[in-house]
Amino acid sequence: MSAFLPETILNLLPDAIQLFYLVATGFFIRGVKLLNSPGTARKGNQFAAIGMLIGVLVTLFDQDIVEFELIVGGIIIGGLIGLLLAKKVQMTAMPELVAVFNGFGGAASALVAWGELARNPDILSFDTTGLISIGLSVFIGALTFTGSFIAFGKLSGFISGNAITFPGLNVINIGAMIATLGLIGYFAFDPTNPTLFWVILGVSLLIGVTSVIPIGGADMPVVISLLNSYSGIAAAMAGFVLQNNLLIVSGALVGAAGLILTNIMCKAMNRSLVNVIFGSFGAAAGGPGASGDGDKSIRETSAEDLAIQVAYASKVVIVPGYGLAVAQAQHIVKEVATKLESRGVQVKYGIHPVAGRMPGHMNVLLAEADVPYDLLKDMDEINPEFATTDVVLIIGANDVVNPLAKTDPTGPIYGMPILNVDEAKRTIVFKRSLSVGYAGIDNPLFYAEKNQMFFGDAKKSLQALNEALNEV
Amino acid sequence: MEVDLTLLLFIFALASFIGFELISKVPPTLHTPLMSGANAISGITIVGALIVAGSLGNPIGKWIGFAAIILATINVVGGFLVTDRMLEMFKKKGDEK
Repeated sequence: MSAFLPETILNLLPDAIQLFYLVATGFFIRGVKLLNSPGTARKGNQFAAIGMLIGVLVTLFDQDIVEFELIVGGIIIGGLIGLLLAKKVQMTAMPELVAVFNGFGGAASALVAWGELARNPDILSFDTTGLISIGLSVFIGALTFTGSFIAFGKLSGFISGNAITFPGLNVINIGAMIATLGLIGYFAFDPTNPTLFWVILGVSLLIGVTSVIPIGGADMPVVISLLNSYSGIAAAMAGFVLQNNLLIVSGALVGAAGLILTNIMCKAMNRSLVNVIFGSFGAAAGGPGASGDGDKSIRETSAEDLAIQVAYASKVVIVPGYGLAVAQAQHIVKEVATKLESRGVQVKYGIHPVAGRMPGHMNVLLAEADVPYDLLKDMDEINPEFATTDVVLIIGANDVVNPLAKTDPTGPIYGMPILNVDEAKRTIVFKRSLSVGYAGIDNPLFYAEKNQMFFGDAKKSLQALNEALNEV
Repeated sequence: MEVDLTLLLFIFALASFIGFELISKVPPTLHTPLMSGANAISGITIVGALIVAGSLGNPIGKWIGFAAIILATINVVGGFLVTDRMLEMFKKKGDEK
């Protein structure tokens, strides 16, 4: 693009580009800040998008860029695919999509470093810093790519959600990571051996697979958040390769912000990041109470019976979980809630921080069904209210209401804060069967005296309840 | 263009500190959109991809850059759009549709 400019402007161009990069960075920082609060979040995302547009447009004026065929083609192809994926995806599949996008981002950073290496005819023209940056960029980018796709596979069910592991895998993984760093150092020392680069690339791709596969499906949100942080760091490393400030700053920004967000998510589950990554949560299926308790009795309820219970309640709390997402039952929940509200029943939603497959997943789904977000209560807000609640409707949630988290110190979810639904006068569990939840353990709540089970697909059950409410 | 490595590291470190400070008490409602928005920003690597694909040099390197542009653009366009789609649905009680 710079070819179209007069010479006077051309001289100022490098500085002008840097200044516009600074403006773009400003938009990113402001954007992320605004994303922190529900009222301004949408604007924040738009700010960030504007920053990105500025960054891309300004770069096209870079004097090094002289050919535009590949650029235009690449942007059109990538833009169309991105548009299609973003418009077509179901809200329930949001975690999977974020994983996929993140994988692409990581792969792109690895490719940028690799492309820069391959583009230069003389490999010895790279200094040590450049070579180390290339190695790190390929390493982090490649493991983000495969790691994200394993996470995607686990979320969508292509790969078993259970933790797949064997003793010593963690040690092997850590060893492989250290070895890769060593290889990168050696590569910087002697870049003339092409095999070395391939080994680094191959091992990095492999590490992405072997370090995510031992982590249970319930922890995938944390993993995706962490990988999101990695893809930022990979972008920053690609920035070091190209000595590009915008890449370094934005990459570092996302890397750091992603790490903090990951930490917040871990705290919500009362676990440390180390525990998530190396704990193999979910591999401990068959824990206490998982089998051999055939004598426990449950109480079943019917749509008609339940309709009467909720219609004459004064306060009802709805606790949604992944089952609601799977059944696509968010709209019918809203319908039932509206009907109850018109009868004067107070309806609130209790959202556990890790309900669903991604933090905030339930909020997104219920927002899709036009539930106002001020009715969605965080765990800390809703827990004191259960004592005054008449009926709690637990729809497709399991582990987040499992009292074993408080009572069984040997269980895999011990210590995780839960929604104290057992304090309410009555709980109703909407579930297809008595099967265990993601954590692979039984739930004593199902057998509690105050609890009734409403078996069936969440959507069909709610539809039945909705119709029954007309008769009350 | 020769740039001082110390300066680049300085920028990297400062930007990281800003990133740490930017995320404070995010309500869980926003965890998913925030993650997806930040993920779109990490698609900034598209800028690097443009440079690799558009500069002179070995065609193999440029085609690798081309692949990088496609993947990064999917990340950027898809990421921002899907985040917007999510946030569009968040409404306060009483807000008009």
